[in-house]
Amino acid sequence: MSDITLSVKGLRKTIGKKEIIKGLDFDLKRGEVFGFLGPNGAGKTTTIRMLVGLIKPSSGSIEIGGYNVRKNFTKAMSQMGCIVENPELYSYLTGWENLEHFARMLPEVDRAYMEYVVDLVRLNERIHDQVKTYSLGMRQRLGIAQALLGKPKVLILDEPTNGLDPMGIREMRNFIRYLAEEEGLTVLVSSHLLSEIQLMCDRVAIISKGAVIKVDYVENLLAMQERVIWQVEPRETAKDILSEVTSVVEGPDGALITPYIENAASSWNRLLVEKGVEVKEMNRKLPALEDLFLELTGGESID
Amino acid sequence: MINLVKNEMLKIVRKKRILVVAGIIAVLVALFTYSQFREIERRLERFGDVDWRTTLQQQIIDTQNRITSSGISDEWKSELQLRIQQQQYYLDNDVNPMEPGAPTFVRTFAEHSINLFLPLMVMVVAADMVSSERSAGTVKLLLTRPVKRWRVLMSKYITLILSVSVIVVLFGLLSYLISGLIFGYQGWTAPVITGFNVEGNELNTNTVQMIPQWQYLLMEFSLVWFVALIVGTITFMLSVLIRNTPAGMGVMLAALISGAILSSMVSSWESAKYLFMINLNLTGYLSGQAPPIEGMTLGFSLLVLTIWGIAALIVSFAVFIRQDIY
Repeated sequence: MSDITLSVKGLRKTIGKKEIIKGLDFDLKRGEVFGFLGPNGAGKTTTIRMLVGLIKPSSGSIEIGGYNVRKNFTKAMSQMGCIVENPELYSYLTGWENLEHFARMLPEVDRAYMEYVVDLVRLNERIHDQVKTYSLGMRQRLGIAQALLGKPKVLILDEPTNGLDPMGIREMRNFIRYLAEEEGLTVLVSSHLLSEIQLMCDRVAIISKGAVIKVDYVENLLAMQERVIWQVEPRETAKDILSEVTSVVEGPDGALITPYIENAASSWNRLLVEKGVEVKEMNRKLPALEDLFLELTGGESID
Repeated sequence: MINLVKNEMLKIVRKKRILVVAGIIAVLVALFTYSQFREIERRLERFGDVDWRTTLQQQIIDTQNRITSSGISDEWKSELQLRIQQQQYYLDNDVNPMEPGAPTFVRTFAEHSINLFLPLMVMVVAADMVSSERSAGTVKLLLTRPVKRWRVLMSKYITLILSVSVIVVLFGLLSYLISGLIFGYQGWTAPVITGFNVEGNELNTNTVQMIPQWQYLLMEFSLVWFVALIVGTITFMLSVLIRNTPAGMGVMLAALISGAILSSMVSSWESAKYLFMINLNLTGYLSGQAPPIEGMTLGFSLLVLTIWGIAALIVSFAVFIRQDIY
């Protein structure tokens, strides 16, 4: 049994004459959280809908747990749980009835496991209330409970923190990490926020205009682009000193910007202080998605 | 499959659709029962407690007077003439066409509901069976289960058949129980005449049969059920094709109402007989009404409706299985 749980090869989708997805390739491994990063309209949702069998690809193949989604739909689907966009459940049914409803569409889910899942997403107290009385966070959690019912190997979550409050976002993040690390699931998460991907994913695919422009470990990507922002006095002296050891750019508000290199940054600081420069502020700054895009696409804007 | 049907039934029940339909039927039955009750009272006041034969005779004379009066269309005239011939036949055979009692009420009520009221009730259930899943987005969850799409749709269609059956039974039961409070529950075995053959302007009575009312009702309700099922199937197709439920309902409503209107004015447009909405009045063939277009028979209408139903079903499945869900 290979470690690859989801494999996408040459995936394309053409609507009318317009090619929306232009040949995607990527593999997901067991136990990892994989981020799907791109601005709105990059093709994230279309791709996810093809992965879960809602949209038929124009060409290319998708395998989940070794089963082709088109040729072996039911087998592939039984390896996968998903939430596509918002967790839209039957609002006129209770949480429990919703779970029962989806359990009936799976081959044998026992009651004990349903209760276990409810426990896992901590909905025990409200599970017998109608879904229309749920908060967005609760709906999101019920959505995940529903996705976990079939004991999937792959969990696909489209914008899972969309609309959640900071507390909810943190909870969701921890939960996703837990599922990957403790339960060994592969989790595919899409987002348009780099900060979010950075906090919960191991690897990330950056997509733009229907094509993957980079697949890499999150650390590598960030290292490429992470910056230190210096607020120093006097500025000119500091700039001279720093430019001897690294590249310096002048930022707005009289700041200096250098790359972030883990061990070097503190020594640069020492250097500055020793030469009598007053270091008022030293900030590590993560790149914005825009910066990453600019870097990766060589100046092409997101739009 | 049973589990899937169970899911769909749960949705229908929880959306309280059947309850709404039952409520509407109950209110309407009460309304018609009361109006008929008033009608009988008025007749009693005018003519006193007379034999039904006298009343029927009086009706025939009334109708004859209407025919001779000027200003009515030829079509209407020939229809009235048919009615007179029929009433005369009842009179000659000493059979009361309006034997008082709940079964008679049910019979006439079903006759008048078959082409508009019952289809509307079926629509209440069928119109959003698929489209509501799409507008609520739940279709995305439904179609990402390890269940083939055709099975999902089939479970919905089976649920539709069950719901239609429940509605037809409720219709019969409610109208029987409620009208019986006023008219009494007797009259199951009263004779009813069926098998009139309309040829041109003439009523052919050669094939006429006299059967007990319960038997007539059984035949009538089979036809009612069939019409309800076909209307349900076509609505079901619209629900697959049109994502927006009100739009789908609008289309179906327009078709049904145009059918009701066209039926009374298309006698010269012959190819209209292939439209499903012209063929809904199946009970008319039992009671011996003139068909909307000359030459239409019960067999013809059944065939047309069956073809429409099968076509709708094929379109529904073909579209639903291939559709990309955005």
